[in-house]
Amino acid sequence: MDVTALTIHAAKDALARGEMTSVELTQEVLDRIDTVEPAVNAFITRTSEGALAQAAQADAMRSRGAGGPLCGIPLGIKDVICTKGVRTTAGSKILENFIPPYDATVMDKLHSQGAVCVGKLSMDEFAMGSGNENCAFGTPHNPWNLDYICGGSSGGSAASVAAGECLASLGSDTGGSIRQPASHCGVVGIKPTYGRVSRFGLLAFASSLDQIGPLTRDVTDAALMLNGLGGHDPRDSTSARAAHEDYTEGLIAGMKGLTIGIPAEYFAAGLSPEVEKVIRHGIAVLQDAGAEVKEVSLPHTEYGVAAYYIIAPAEASSNLARYDGVRYTHRDMNADSLIDLYRCSRSQGFGDEVKRRILLGTYALSSGYYDAYYKKASQVRTLIIEDYKNVFKECDVLVSPVTPTPAWKIGEKSSDPLSVYLSDALTIPANLAGVPGMSVPCGFSESGLPIGMQLQAPHFAEKILLQAGLNLEQGLGIQGKQPALS
Amino acid sequence: MEFETVIGLEIHAQMKTNSKIFCSCTTAFGNPPNTNTCPICLGMPGVLPVLNKEVVESAIALGLATNCQITQWNQFARKNYFYPDLPKGYQISQFDLPICEHGHVNITSGGNERRIGITRIHMEEDAGKLVHDDREPKSYVDLNRAGTPLLEIVSEPDIRSPEEAAAYLRKLHAVVTYLDICDGNMQEGSFRCDANISLRPVGQKELGTRTELKNMNSFRNVQKALEFEIRRQRDLLLDGEAVIQQTLLWDPDRQVTSAMRGKEEAHDYRYFPDPDLVPVVIDDAWIARVRQNLPELPDAKLARFINELGLGEEEASILTSERPLADYFEAALAHYPNGKKLGNWILTELMRELKGAEGMDIATFPVQPVELARLMGMIDKGTISGKIAKTVFEEMIRSGKDADTIVKEKNLVQNSDAGEILQLVQDILVNNPEQVADFKGGKTKLMGFFVGQLMKVSKGKANPQMANELFSQELNK
Repeated sequence: MDVTALTIHAAKDALARGEMTSVELTQEVLDRIDTVEPAVNAFITRTSEGALAQAAQADAMRSRGAGGPLCGIPLGIKDVICTKGVRTTAGSKILENFIPPYDATVMDKLHSQGAVCVGKLSMDEFAMGSGNENCAFGTPHNPWNLDYICGGSSGGSAASVAAGECLASLGSDTGGSIRQPASHCGVVGIKPTYGRVSRFGLLAFASSLDQIGPLTRDVTDAALMLNGLGGHDPRDSTSARAAHEDYTEGLIAGMKGLTIGIPAEYFAAGLSPEVEKVIRHGIAVLQDAGAEVKEVSLPHTEYGVAAYYIIAPAEASSNLARYDGVRYTHRDMNADSLIDLYRCSRSQGFGDEVKRRILLGTYALSSGYYDAYYKKASQVRTLIIEDYKNVFKECDVLVSPVTPTPAWKIGEKSSDPLSVYLSDALTIPANLAGVPGMSVPCGFSESGLPIGMQLQAPHFAEKILLQAGLNLEQGLGIQGKQPALS
Repeated sequence: MEFETVIGLEIHAQMKTNSKIFCSCTTAFGNPPNTNTCPICLGMPGVLPVLNKEVVESAIALGLATNCQITQWNQFARKNYFYPDLPKGYQISQFDLPICEHGHVNITSGGNERRIGITRIHMEEDAGKLVHDDREPKSYVDLNRAGTPLLEIVSEPDIRSPEEAAAYLRKLHAVVTYLDICDGNMQEGSFRCDANISLRPVGQKELGTRTELKNMNSFRNVQKALEFEIRRQRDLLLDGEAVIQQTLLWDPDRQVTSAMRGKEEAHDYRYFPDPDLVPVVIDDAWIARVRQNLPELPDAKLARFINELGLGEEEASILTSERPLADYFEAALAHYPNGKKLGNWILTELMRELKGAEGMDIATFPVQPVELARLMGMIDKGTISGKIAKTVFEEMIRSGKDADTIVKEKNLVQNSDAGEILQLVQDILVNNPEQVADFKGGKTKLMGFFVGQLMKVSKGKANPQMANELFSQELNK
C-alpha cells in the first residue's frame, strides 16, 4: 500500500471494505515518517505508540459499527493545539516541557470519531512567522526541494501532508498560516470562517484572527475534515451558532451560475510573473468549467499588513503574558527577585520574532499611543470588512494568488523580517475580515515549486470555496503529483 | 487655614454566585489552596473564558438599586500587568463601557441627608492570593479566589468626612446584602474598599493631591484610617509641605498609614477589548425582568417601618441597616403584631446578647423569630412579667428551649391572683410602718420600695401592674 498519495476518502473506503485495518495503515504511515523525517523534519513530537493504540481502538470501533468518517485515519496536529497528555510546545522553548491536562475541542471531536494522531507538527514559535524558520526545535524542509522553506507558520502541517507522513493535518491561520504553507507545499488548506471551528485549546496568538483548519491532499478531504472540526462550542464564546452543514454534500463539477471575482489589488506590483501565469491559467480552467469572471476591487487591501501588524502583536503581547515563569513554563531558577524571574524566564524562553512582536504590541497598546495605533488599526479593519461586503455583492468567490512569490530558500530572508511580513499581504485581509479562505494547488514554478490559488468567499460560504476548489482540481489534473522524496 | 476633605470610595463586592465569572469552579471560601481551580482560572495555554450570566444579572440589580443607567452594549477589557496572583498576566475587567453609570445613593450622617454620586459599577474577575512564608524567603500562590466575580463600585468624590464615608459604605453594604448578591463579609474580603482622599482650602475649587488608602477591612477601620490620613495631610499642608500622590496601607495594629511597597506604582495597564469575549447586549426586557425581581430595598423598608409600624427613625434605621436583622424582625412580626414593642426588644435585649457573645450573629442567633414572638405574646397576655421575660430570654439563648417550656419548668408564670397579691401587699405594709408613714407624709417615691419588696417575696412573679394598683388602694385607705 502506498500511503504517500492516499487520500482520506480513499482510505476510508478501503477500511470500510476491509482491505486494510487502521493499524496496518497507521504502521505504514509511521514507517514512512521513519524514512523521510530525517530529511523533512516536520514533527516536534512523535506519538507512534499512542497512534498504534488509537488505531487499534479505531479498528474496534469500526467493527462494532461506531466511529465517524475520520475513524482510523492517521493525522498530524500542529503543535499549537492542546493534546491531553502529549507535550504541546507551540514551537517555543518556554513550553518545552508543557503537557496539557486537557484536549482542545477539535481533539475531542477527532477522538470521538476515532481519528489517529501520529504526532505534533513543527511551526513558527507561537505561530509567528511565514517560513517555519522561527521554531525552537528546528526548521522543516519543503518536500519538493529540501533547500526551500515549506512556509509557515503551519510549516510542519503542510510538509507532513506533502511528504506522506500523515493523510491530513490540522493547522492554524492568523494571517495566512494555513494557506501560505499549503500553497508552498502543494496541498489543500482551508482557513474557515472566524468562529466556524472552536478555538478552545488552541494556544492563542491573536484571538480575534486565529482559526484552526485542515491541510489535506485534495478538496474532498478538506470537506471531510471540515465536517469533523466545525460546529458551535459552548466553551468558546466566539464560536458561531450558524448551522454546521455537511460540506461533502452537493459538491458538483461545473461552475455554472457562479461569478468569480479577480481583485485588481492582488495582481499588483510585486507579484512574480511565474505566479501570475499559474493563477491566470487556473482562472481559465474555472472559466472553462462555466464560471463567469469579473474584475473587482478591494480598495483597502494595501492597508491590511499595517493594520495586521498592530492588531496581531497587540493581542499577542497580552496573550503571551501568561508564559511568565511562575507555573508551567520555563523558569530561570537563578532569578533572585520577582522582576528578574519574569525578565530572565521570558528572555530565555522566547525567540527573537516573538520578542519583536511582544514589543510591537506592548508599544501599540501603551497609553498615549492606543488611539494612534490600535484604535486606528481597528478602524482600518472595519474598512476592509466593508470591502468584502461590497465585493461579494458582485461575485461569489474571489480568486487570487496566495503569495506573491513561490517559496524562498531557507535562511534567505532571516535578516529581513519586514520583507517576510509583506509576503503575507494577500492572506491577511481574510483574517481581518473573518471570511473563509482556501489554498488549492494550481501549478508549479519553473524550478518545480508548487504554487497555490487562493479562493475567498463570504462568511460561512465554505461550500463555495470547496466547489470552486474541486473544479480547479479536476480541471487541472495535477492532483496526485508527488514530491520526489525517496 | 480651614480645609475641606474630599473622599471617593472604590468598593469591591464579591458576588455570591455558585461558580466563578468565567469558568464553572466553585467560589466557596476556605478550601485547601488551589483546589477550586481548573485550566481556565489557572490561566493555562489555549483555554477560553465563558461569561457567567448570573454576574450580569447581579450587576444590573445593583445598578437599578443605586439609580444607575444600565449600559446596553457591554464589553470586557483586558487590564494587563504582571503579578504571580494573576495567572493570565491580565485581569478581565470592564474599561470604557462599564455596565452601570451615573447613579447615586442617599446617606444620612450627623443628621444631614446627602446624595453621593456613583460614577460607575463594572464587572471583573478577582485575582488569587500570595502566601508568604515567615521562616524562608518563599512565596506560595493560591488561585482559589482567581476568577471570583467582583463588582467594582466607584463613587464620585462627593464624600466630605470619614463619618459620611462610613455611612456611604454601610449603605452600599446594606444594598448588596438586601439584593443577596454579596455576603458582605469584610473580614474574609468579600466586601472591601479603597479610598481616595485629598484636602483643599475651603472655597477652593481644584482638588488637592490625593492619596489612595488600602487594607481597611472593617467600617471602623475605614473611618479611623481616613481620620488619620486627614490629620497627616493637614499637618503637611500647614507646614507648607506637599502631599505626595501614593498608595498607603492602613495598619490597624499601629493605627497609622504607611506607603505601600512591593507592587510597582504607576502602571500602564494597556487596556484593550478582550477578543475572547463577545459583547453583552442588555435589552429593556432583561432590565425589566431584573427590576421585577428586586427585593424591597433598605430605603423603602426604612420608610415603611416608620410610616406603617410607627417606629422611630433611629430604631428603624438600625433595624434596616442589615438585611439579616431586618429579616429577623419581620419574621417575628409575622407572629406578633406590635412592631414598636418588638423592635424595642430586639434593639435592646437581643442586641445586648449579640454584643456580649463572641462569634454570634443574627443569622446564627439561637432564638428563632417565631419563639421571640411567642415570648412577647406571653408578656402581653400577662402570663409573665417583662422582667421575668428577660430571664426567660437569656435562658432560651443558653438552653435552646422555648419560652413555654422554660416558664413551666421554672414555674415562672406571673401571679395575677388579686387575693394572693393583696395578702402580700398587706403583709408588707404591716411590716414597714415607718415607710408607710413617710409615704403618707408625701414621699410618694417610696412606691418603688414597696413594689420591690413585693417582687422579692414573690420571686418576681407578682403582676407588677396589679401590685401598683393594690399598693395605691391600700395606702390611700
